[in-house]
Amino acid sequence: MSIDTETARKVAHLARIEVAEAALEPLAGELSGILKFMEQLNEVDIDGVEPMTSVTPMALKKRQDVVSDGNIQSKVLANAPDTREGFFAVPKVVE
Amino acid sequence: MTDLTKMTIASARDAMRAGEFTSVELTRSYLDAIEGAKALNAFSTNTPEIALDQATKADVRIKAGDAPDMCGIPLGIKDLFCTKGVQTQAGSHILDGFKPEYESTITSQLFDRGAVMLGKLNMDEFAMGSSNETSYYGPVTSPWRRGNDTAALTPGGSSGGSASAVSADLCLGATGTDTGGSIRQPAAFTGIVGVKPTYGRASRWGVVAFASSLDQAGPMVKTVRDSAIMLEAMCGHDPKDSTSADLAVPNFEAALSGDIRGKKIGIPKEYRLEGMPDEIETLWATGTEMLRDAGAEIVDISLPHTKYALPAYYVIAPAEASSNLARYDGVKYGLRAKIGSDEGITQMYERSRAEGFGPEVQRRIMIGAYVLSAGFYDAYYIRAQKVRTLIKQDFETVFANGIDAILTPATPSAAFGLGEMADADPIKMYLNDVFTVTVNLAGLPGVSVPTGIDKSGLPLGLQIIGQPWAEADMLNVAYALETASKFDSKPIKWW
Repeated sequence: MSIDTETARKVAHLARIEVAEAALEPLAGELSGILKFMEQLNEVDIDGVEPMTSVTPMALKKRQDVVSDGNIQSKVLANAPDTREGFFAVPKVVE
Repeated sequence: MTDLTKMTIASARDAMRAGEFTSVELTRSYLDAIEGAKALNAFSTNTPEIALDQATKADVRIKAGDAPDMCGIPLGIKDLFCTKGVQTQAGSHILDGFKPEYESTITSQLFDRGAVMLGKLNMDEFAMGSSNETSYYGPVTSPWRRGNDTAALTPGGSSGGSASAVSADLCLGATGTDTGGSIRQPAAFTGIVGVKPTYGRASRWGVVAFASSLDQAGPMVKTVRDSAIMLEAMCGHDPKDSTSADLAVPNFEAALSGDIRGKKIGIPKEYRLEGMPDEIETLWATGTEMLRDAGAEIVDISLPHTKYALPAYYVIAPAEASSNLARYDGVKYGLRAKIGSDEGITQMYERSRAEGFGPEVQRRIMIGAYVLSAGFYDAYYIRAQKVRTLIKQDFETVFANGIDAILTPATPSAAFGLGEMADADPIKMYLNDVFTVTVNLAGLPGVSVPTGIDKSGLPLGLQIIGQPWAEADMLNVAYALETASKFDSKPIKWW
């Protein structure tokens, strides 16, 4: 499967990474190379094989559904590039 | 007075308990060594005030006579570990100025036991790389050189700062993390010991995530004994990491008897690669003979799906990375790009991520987004997860047949030069992990042990793979190999 410039543009947008128009073609080439490498996996007979979903077979622990942490608004916001009145501030989202 | 930077964790522990020197003296020696080693670019942040404060407190505990093994031991901490109030950027521009409000579980455990933090260690950006050249802080240089050749070599990656710092005697030990080989490959390149424990043995809480089903932290140190001591301090159940195993942590150091008589060591035929340098072949054969001489039974084994480990890894790891790294959006922390007055939040996201992530990280995020996207999810991601099941079953089969541990080369070559791979296909760089990545996919423990020197004077390592949760047995085999190989080469100081 080879990736064309249009697909590269789509993937970049899915990943929310700005890619300049002129960089799309080389990007498509690079991604195609990596996908080609992955296509070796098509040689493997995977009939009846379950996909791995857990590295070590163990039941995940449960805990009481109670608040165990909180009231740390200033810590949560401490590293934000822009905050206003106790909120994260972002550029306008809707017109 | 002896040069304190030539100690090991074990010898420094014993000497401090005997009152031969204090942690403050030891710490000052290392702070001086770090100051004189800027050419290596191993440290990204220095924390001398924290170090001296921790050392002073450690001395009180040592004097009181009930100090834990790691008390007063100066360490370097990989920049991937969140350290409260101390710059933590995972080697990335996108985390510019990030100072966590919390401490990772592993560093908390080390500090509770009295360990001393000298500073944060340089690394490949978000642990994605095998040469430390993807770091926003610039590459780390290895203290090793090819004979009299002054060309700068890579310490490996992604834990390259950790490897360089330990190898150059800038700390007694360092934390590393290993997603596909990022502890074991740099350890092999720099002649030190690096351990990746079983998945779930050490908490991932507070460690910046790359690929959550593959990431594990571990120690990078000078000897197998030191690895046992430091690993024990790093492991244990953590309710804050749901994949952390609720199992008791054994006394790993006590397991180092060196007696491996009757142990079955598997030699997997699939690790004999076409075009592998003769020196690696020879090293592997020599290591095999050493274990046989120590009384182990050598058994030829087969791990038939080995060939598919790298392609499966390069589907699964980028897929998990694309999800994990979605959090870097210029809102909660780190870098926010400037946008025009006619632009909105989407441009802010996309530009922040374009400016903040380096090319290799961008490439992996995009590959991950692609293999998870509608229409390709089954063909790539689910297929890779099925192949991962087969890779794990390969190991389960040989362990069920009585194999105690597996011996392989750690890397397909010795360290290469910085910049040497700059124009290479990214896949060529990925091949560095060919012997280590299977272990992450199967969730097993692995250790890299320095075993020999190549013709240009560079260290080479062998890897021992253990059964799940059998780090103690694995380290004992490593100890037998270390004892037999008598590896004691050090880089000649040029920095």
